[in-house]
Amino acid sequence: MMMPMLDHDVVPPAAPAHPAPGRPVELEAVVREHVAVNDEYRYLSLDLPEGAPHAKPGQFYHLLCPTGDGLEPFFRRPMSVYRVEPEKNRLGFLYKVTGTGTAAMARLWPGDTFNLFGPLGIGFTLPADRAPIVLLGRGVGLATMGPLVPFARENGHRVTAILSARAPDLVMSVDEMRAAGADVITVTDAEGTSAVPHVEGILEDLVAKGACAALYVCGSSRLTRLAQAVAARHDLFGEVALEQQMACGVGVCFCCVRPFRENGETVHRRVCCEGPVFPLAEALA
Amino acid sequence: MIDLSVSCGGLALANPVMPASGTFGLEQAGIFDFERLGAFVTKTITPDKRMGNPTPRVSEVPNGMLNSIGIPSKGAAAFVRDVIPRFSQWRPPLVVSISANTPDAFADLARTVSVEGVAAIEINISCPNLEDDGKAFAMRPESTREIVRRLRDATALPLWAKLTPNAGDVAAVAQAAQDGGADALVVANTILAMSVDVTTRRPSLGNVMGGLSGPAVKPIILRMAYQCARAATIPVIGCGGISTARDALEFLIVGCRAVQVGTASFVHPSALVDVVDGLEAHCRETGIARIEDVIGSLDLTQAEHDMMGGAAPASDPAAYAEAHA
Ligand SMILES: Cc1cc2nc3c(=O)[nH]c(=O)nc-3n(C[C@H](O)[C@H](O)[C@H](O)COP(=O)(O)OP(=O)(O)OC[C@H]3O[C@@H](n4cnc5c(N)ncnc54)[C@H](O)[C@@H]3O)c2cc1C
Ligand SMILES: Cc1cc2nc3c(=O)[nH]c(=O)nc-3n(C[C@H](O)[C@H](O)[C@H](O)COP(=O)(O)O)c2cc1C
Ligand code: FES
Repeated sequence: MMMPMLDHDVVPPAAPAHPAPGRPVELEAVVREHVAVNDEYRYLSLDLPEGAPHAKPGQFYHLLCPTGDGLEPFFRRPMSVYRVEPEKNRLGFLYKVTGTGTAAMARLWPGDTFNLFGPLGIGFTLPADRAPIVLLGRGVGLATMGPLVPFARENGHRVTAILSARAPDLVMSVDEMRAAGADVITVTDAEGTSAVPHVEGILEDLVAKGACAALYVCGSSRLTRLAQAVAARHDLFGEVALEQQMACGVGVCFCCVRPFRENGETVHRRVCCEGPVFPLAEALA
Repeated sequence: MIDLSVSCGGLALANPVMPASGTFGLEQAGIFDFERLGAFVTKTITPDKRMGNPTPRVSEVPNGMLNSIGIPSKGAAAFVRDVIPRFSQWRPPLVVSISANTPDAFADLARTVSVEGVAAIEINISCPNLEDDGKAFAMRPESTREIVRRLRDATALPLWAKLTPNAGDVAAVAQAAQDGGADALVVANTILAMSVDVTTRRPSLGNVMGGLSGPAVKPIILRMAYQCARAATIPVIGCGGISTARDALEFLIVGCRAVQVGTASFVHPSALVDVVDGLEAHCRETGIARIEDVIGSLDLTQAEHDMMGGAAPASDPAAYAEAHA
């Protein structure tokens, strides 16, 4: 059973994020809206129970995807918050169906309950002095970066978002990010604009214009390495949001480690609790 | 007031529920109430710093998971200095899990962690991820007896030997651990297993093989816990696939004096406390005053079977208690 395919502008523009710290809790959310954004991505909006803690941009929830009809996901699935609306007690995810858990999730209908655990992890931090920031995202990375736009705008930062995808109709969040006050540049494989040298040119232009004092990247190791090079060259603040398979989601099982550079040594850090957002320079992409 | 307290392996526990090593840590302090646990059991530590195994370190399988975490460890010194003192703010006793590759290093480590704040030592002589292909001390009775004896001489703290389900004759290993001087047996660690992604033809774990845990292993581990409880006189602590109070009750009924909950906490973060609550509710509903009365209460008399629905199904505890009142 598939959700109806809807135009992506059905997804309401991103509301401002009011990050409020909260201890993770297990809760039963109720599906409010669930729509296909394009051929690959779905948007799921949930009503949270009264008094539920709210997530900061970059934090994630651990989702207990429903079982049945031949789909039996065992673990929870990690998913970044795409839209945080504390004043309405709502939460939104933007996700791609890639396997068992997300296929099970795609079967949720409005009114269904959905068990979440979170908010988890460490979210994005903004640079000092309202410095202008640049977001660089591809694929699922756009979902993770979504709430950073209103968060940064509210705090007085100019935001440029460079969104990369295979084809123009797969670039998501363009309208939402514009509505939230970002300058949006799209680059795609189909148009031949997403190659590293071209994106590097765009970044160098932004730096030269004084529009890039900090870089945020998610969704591609190629773009992460590029961002690291540009940030190092110009001594910019930077953060990267990373993914890794998770079991506990809270830091006790050590399955979600990734390698980082720390004082010239390679160390492992847990994506679930020491991230998923990390200092850009330290990640070994 | 229901009495959930048990004595187990040299310790007095407020209830028989504790976490399984490797699935619990200080990071959970804000997630459920630590005071509600029977004991704390820490992730296995090794003498020296270790990086652990390559990723992917976990993979889900039907009703369970494989792991090949490989015991990343900050080393014993850092653990004694930074971690042990932090547990003193809660009442439940602290059980520290240790492992090493050689008897000498193992004995040194047992001495190193025999410090104030540690109530017992769980010796992981069964980890399938530490040595090649799961060759652990607890694979054979002789090596089990030797290592336990060696560790018995190294510390005055209660010693809990964690056995492996990969041994051919677990009951014989249980007896050997008891002979060596163990105060309790933890039955058991994970079952050596593997899975393959048919699209990529790669093993789903970076380490190729790993340990199976979760609901899928429960019937096997329950059988082993039952065998060990019959073979040994020291307490058996059941561990394998316990997700609910019902699961815990099965282990208590076959003779375990306590249980450990591992993988279930990954799916339901409050699983440990839910099991404690569920045990209490079960006792209340079935008129049991002390959880002690459940331990080893397995009824092996031939049940009168009336397929037409006369006899109460033994899997329904309320009906079962009524039928046996
Ligand atoms: C912090 C974080 C935030 C994320 N945010 C989003 C998001 O906003 N939108 C979105 O579409 N996806 C996001 N992902 C990726 C998402 O978790 C995976 O797409 C999802 O787990 C796939 O599950 P599945 O059962 O459909 O796939 P399967 O391939 O069947 O999954 C098998 C196992 O692998 C794990 N897994 C597979 N792919 C990934 C992955 N990329 N990252 C981590 N674990 C994975 C699954 O959780 C599961 O345990 C995020 C991942 C992380 C770690
Ligand atoms: C991610 C993970 C890590 C584990 N680490 C350890 C460990 O460090 N030491 C140990 O003795 N057992 C370890 N175990 C085994 C568990 O303690 C337990 O014996 C096993 O998982 C069976 O119980 P369960 O089905 O309730 O999880 C680990 C299990 C998992 C899933
Ligand atoms: S998922 Fe368990 S430590 Fe990160």
